[in-house]
Amino acid sequence: MTVEAASLSARHSGQVPGHHQITFVVMLALLTMAPYGFYPIFLMKVLCFALFATAFNLLIGFVGLLSFGHAAFFGFGSYLSAHAAKVWGLPPELAILSGVAVAAALGVVIGGLAIRRHGIYFAMVTLALAQMIYFFALQAPFTGGEDGIQAVPRGFLLGVIDLRNDLACYYFVLAVYLCGFLLVYRIIHSPFGEVLRAIRDNETRAISLGYRIKLYKLLAFTLSAAISGLAGATKALVFQLASLTDVHWTMSGEVILMTLLGGLGTVFGPTVGAATIVTLQNHLAALGSWVTVAQGGIFILCVLVFRRGLVGELGRLLGNRQF
Amino acid sequence: MFEILGIPPQALFGQMLLGLINGSFYAMLSLGLAVIFGMLNIINFAHGAFYMMGAFAAWMLLAYLGLGFYWALLLAPLLVGSFGILVERTMLCRLYRLDHLYGLLFTFGLALVIQGLFRQEFGASGLPYGIPAEMRGGSNLGFMFLPYYRGFVLAASVVVCFGTWFVIERTKLGAYLRAGTENPTLVQAFGVNVPRIIALTYGFGVALAGLAGVLAAPIYSVNPLMGSDLIIVVFAVVVIGGLGSVLGAIVTGFGLGLIEGLTKVFYPEASSTVIFVVMALVLLVRPAGLFGREG
Repeated sequence: MTVEAASLSARHSGQVPGHHQITFVVMLALLTMAPYGFYPIFLMKVLCFALFATAFNLLIGFVGLLSFGHAAFFGFGSYLSAHAAKVWGLPPELAILSGVAVAAALGVVIGGLAIRRHGIYFAMVTLALAQMIYFFALQAPFTGGEDGIQAVPRGFLLGVIDLRNDLACYYFVLAVYLCGFLLVYRIIHSPFGEVLRAIRDNETRAISLGYRIKLYKLLAFTLSAAISGLAGATKALVFQLASLTDVHWTMSGEVILMTLLGGLGTVFGPTVGAATIVTLQNHLAALGSWVTVAQGGIFILCVLVFRRGLVGELGRLLGNRQF
Repeated sequence: MFEILGIPPQALFGQMLLGLINGSFYAMLSLGLAVIFGMLNIINFAHGAFYMMGAFAAWMLLAYLGLGFYWALLLAPLLVGSFGILVERTMLCRLYRLDHLYGLLFTFGLALVIQGLFRQEFGASGLPYGIPAEMRGGSNLGFMFLPYYRGFVLAASVVVCFGTWFVIERTKLGAYLRAGTENPTLVQAFGVNVPRIIALTYGFGVALAGLAGVLAAPIYSVNPLMGSDLIIVVFAVVVIGGLGSVLGAIVTGFGLGLIEGLTKVFYPEASSTVIFVVMALVLLVRPAGLFGREG
C-alpha cells in the first residue's frame, strides 16, 4: 500500500515527531472536553470504533495485510466480555480482559491459517474464516443466537467507580482507547514495527535479510486481533449488549471503510474515519438502506479518487507530513 | 425399502441433488471469478450482487414486460453483463495499475451500493418467482424423486460451465484470452485490442453470475441479500480450488456442493460451516489450493 516514508529521521532516533505530539495533545484535549458538548453514548461508540479501526490499521497500514474478517475478533471480544460480566459476574476490567484473551487466541488460529496465503487470497481466507465464526456464534448456545446477550451489567470498575454513570463510563472508555492507541503507536515506532514495514514494502527482501516473516506477520495479526477484541469487549459493556451485528461481515466492511476513509497507514486516520462514519450512521439511521448505499459510495470514491484518505490528504497539504 | 448407512436413500439422494444444485451455483460463480481474475487481476466482490441482479432482472422482465423464464434466461445475463461492462469501462479500468486490494475494495463498495439500492426499492423480504409451467412437477426415479426444474438447473449449469471451459481452452478467442492473461503488452503488440478483451471478459464473467441468478430465482426467493452470503462461500470455494484453472473452479464448485449436501444428511449442524472447515484443512495441507499455482 502507498505510504511514504516521511519523518524517517525521527523514527530512527526513536523520537516521536513533533507534529504527532501536538496533534495528540489537541486530540486529547478535545476528547476530554467532548462529553460536555456531545451525547456521551455517541462519543463512546466513536471511541470503540476508533480503537477497532486503529487496531485494523496496524495490519493493513503497516504490514500491508487486508483482513476481511476483523469482525470475528471484535464480535467475539464483545460476546466474551458480555458473558463474563453477566453470567460469571466478573468486574468490568476482568470481563474486558477475558474478551481480549479470547480475541487474541482466535487471532493466533485465524492468523496462522490466513498468513499461509498472500494478497487477495489472504483477504478471502480471513473473510471465510470469519464467516465460520459468525455461523458458530449463530448456533452456539452461550451467544444467545438472534437475541444476543442483552442487559449486560456495566458494574463497578476496580470495585469502586460506578460505570452506570455515563460520564464515568466515558472517561473509562477514553482511557481504554488511549491505552490501545498508544500501544499501537509504540508498536509501529519500534524496531518490530520497522520490520513490519519492511515486509509490507518488499516481502522478498525481508526474507532475504533473514527475517522470519511468518512469525512477524502472525504476531502483528494477533496484536491487531487482541486490540480489536479490546474494542469489542469495551463496546459490549458500554451498550450492555453483544449481538450478531458485531460478528457479521458487514462489521468487517465497516472497519475497512473507516480506516480507508481516514487514511491507510496514518496514525490518526482511523480515529478520524471512525468518527466520520459513526456520525454519518447516526444522521442517516432513519433512512434505512441508504446508509448501506452511502457507505458503498464512500468506498468507491475513496478507492477511485481519494486513496490517501482524509488525514493522508491533510498531511499532504501541510507539507508532506505523515499524521 | 433398503437403507444406506442408516439413511433412507430418498433422503440421501435428495440431499445430494440439493448439494449438486448449490454446487452448480458455486461452480458458475467461481468460474466467473476465475475468468475475471485471470484477465483483470481483480477479485470481483460484486459478483454476489450481480447474481442477485440477474434474479431481479428475471423478476422485472416478467412483472413489467410480461417476458417469461426463457426470455429471462437470454436477456437477464445480457442486461447484467452490459451493466458490468459499463462499470468496467467507467471505473474499474482506472484501478489496474494499483495494488490488487483496491479492486477488491472497489467492488465491495459497488456491492454495497447495488444491494442497498435494491433493498431500498424492493424490501428485504423477497419476491416470489414461479417455476416455468412445463417444468413443474417431477418424476420418481425409484431411488429418489427428481423435480424437473432442479434437473434442468443441474444440466444447464453443467452445459454452461463446460461450454465456458471449451471456449477458453479450445478456441481462438480463448487463446487470445489466455495469452492476454499471460502477457497483455505482447498480445497488444500483435494487434489485439486488449482493453476490449478485458471489458468483454468482465462482462462475460458478470453475465455468468447474472445467468446463475436467473436459474436461482425459481428455487430461492428473489431477495436483495441473496448474493451477499453466497459470495463468501464462493470465495472459500475459490481459495480451495485456486484461481489458476477453469476446470479446477468447476470441479471444486460441484464437489463442495456435494460435500455440503452430504453434511446436511449426516451432521446437519455443520452444514453451514463445512466448506470453511474444508478450506482450513486445504490451507494446512496444500496452502496453494487444490489446483492453484500461486503460493
